[in-house]
Amino acid sequence: MRDVGYLRVGDTAEALTAAARPGARLIAGGTELVNLLKERIEQPDLLVDISRLPLTDITVGPDGLHLGALARMSDVAAHPEVRSGYPAIAQALELSASPQLRNMATMGGNLMQRTRCPYFRADHDLPCNKRRPGSGCSAIDGDHRAAAIFGASESCVATHPSDLAVALVALDAQVRTTARTLPARDLHRLPGDQPHRDTVLDHGEMILGIDVPVSPPSAYLKVRERGSYEFALVSVAVAAETSGGVIRTARAALGGVAPKPWPLDVDLAGVPLRRDELRAAIAPAFAAARPLPGSEFKIELAQRAVVRALTKPIGLMGET
Amino acid sequence: MRVRLRVNGAERQVDVEPRVTLLDALREVIGLTGTKKGCDRGECGACTVHVNGRRIDACMTLAVMHEGDEITTIEGLDHPVQRAFLEHDAFQCGFCTPGQLMSAAACLAEGHTGSDAEIREWMSGNTCRCAAYPHIVAAVREVAGRA
Ligand SMILES: Cc1cc2nc3c(=O)[nH]c(=O)nc-3n(C[C@H](O)[C@H](O)[C@H](O)COP(=O)(O)OP(=O)(O)OC[C@H]3O[C@@H](n4cnc5c(N)ncnc54)[C@H](O)[C@@H]3O)c2cc1C
Ligand code: SF4
Ligand code: FES
Ligand code: FES
Repeated sequence: MRDVGYLRVGDTAEALTAAARPGARLIAGGTELVNLLKERIEQPDLLVDISRLPLTDITVGPDGLHLGALARMSDVAAHPEVRSGYPAIAQALELSASPQLRNMATMGGNLMQRTRCPYFRADHDLPCNKRRPGSGCSAIDGDHRAAAIFGASESCVATHPSDLAVALVALDAQVRTTARTLPARDLHRLPGDQPHRDTVLDHGEMILGIDVPVSPPSAYLKVRERGSYEFALVSVAVAAETSGGVIRTARAALGGVAPKPWPLDVDLAGVPLRRDELRAAIAPAFAAARPLPGSEFKIELAQRAVVRALTKPIGLMGET
Repeated sequence: MRVRLRVNGAERQVDVEPRVTLLDALREVIGLTGTKKGCDRGECGACTVHVNGRRIDACMTLAVMHEGDEITTIEGLDHPVQRAFLEHDAFQCGFCTPGQLMSAAACLAEGHTGSDAEIREWMSGNTCRCAAYPHIVAAVREVAGRA
């Protein structure tokens, strides 16, 4: 790890001034940035420590749920009203990383983790357009299991690793920054020919919090290679109102399939909660899939996951 | 940079560069080598310590971020789960054990011990190359009073 300056800030204004300096990087829980520093993928001159700013609120009111950017993953997941009213968020968080990491990691840091594939952090200097623009893409030429099926480009096929972000998109959340408020679904960007830019935020822009409107019943389903402590191969968040076995409104988003949480843009109103009808209704959303040979399995896997998420009794894991 | 930490109840002043992790500060500056470095990237839990009563991975945080924090390492742990590990043969080589114990003590305090499956899930941040997992679960289960 290269040497780096350090500044612990006392309030948001101080954080903004410091973060605006070229070469400055915010550090919150550190669970992503410390790794990237060790591997010299990030080489900032100054770390601006925001971990003690009082942006840790978790409040549930008549207008929805508000999460401060520095609320820790474990605290949000354990919050009784998040578990009852916004189960997709609690489940997405609890199925992420490990208990130790969730005690450290923050809402803002989770959303701002790098879009990446396993080659991005490989020990040796493999070609990677995201690390070194113009060097090539090891994933396209190599193993495709982690690759995107939507929204990728010829320069990068990596997926965004955040489970939380997928739940936020299904729940139609807004992200509040020091410069603007934007829908969670617009935070991350597609690689195009600039794969080193993962989000639309500007240098020095800081996430202050997340606002989630009152949500219909929701759930999060994560399919991974081992039972715990692993990123998603495919995941799905759903929020749906149903009556008499028929969907009245539903919103869904997929994880593990694109450089950003991928909203499932199909109208499911009126569709009965039965496998065949659901499969037919969601199929059009998969017509746009452009997998690599080794990621084609995700098309079938993702559709099955959506059906399962919508048909299984909705509730917290282990509590259904 | 100077940082003031409270480690196992004692006040410690350390002088470290900002890039030094809490794990390296504990092991190499303060000399408490009970906390282990396995992967150094958040994947194994060998470096688990408690900061202000919560379990964290010390390899994933910088020492300078912990001004004034209360840190407990394996050297400062006094918990019934330690005896339970002995009685249940919950280790072989012992490399992962300090982290397992710190995590187990926290897992018990959090109350994530309702079933073996729950213990396994909430201990999943600690890996063991010797695969002592069934014995670790048995030790935690016993202390939780479900044995
Ligand atoms: C072994 C391992 C397994 C993991 N598994 C999962 C998983 O299954 N699912 C999952 O979702 N995640 C997983 N993660 C990732 C983990 O959730 C993230 O590392 C964590 O959420 C990042 O939060 P942080 O506060 O520690 O971020 P930091 O490391 O402090 O920061 C990360 C980035 O965000 C920026 N940043 C931080 N706060 C703000 C803010 N308020 N505004 C703007 N920018 C900000 C920083 O500048 C930095 O670039 C895993 C990580 C590890 C190490
Ligand atoms: S997919 Fe993206 S992150 Fe992975 S090697 Fe290619 S350019 Fe790098
Ligand atoms: S050494 Fe910290 S998690 Fe492995
Ligand atoms: S006892 Fe050897 S690694 Fe766990």
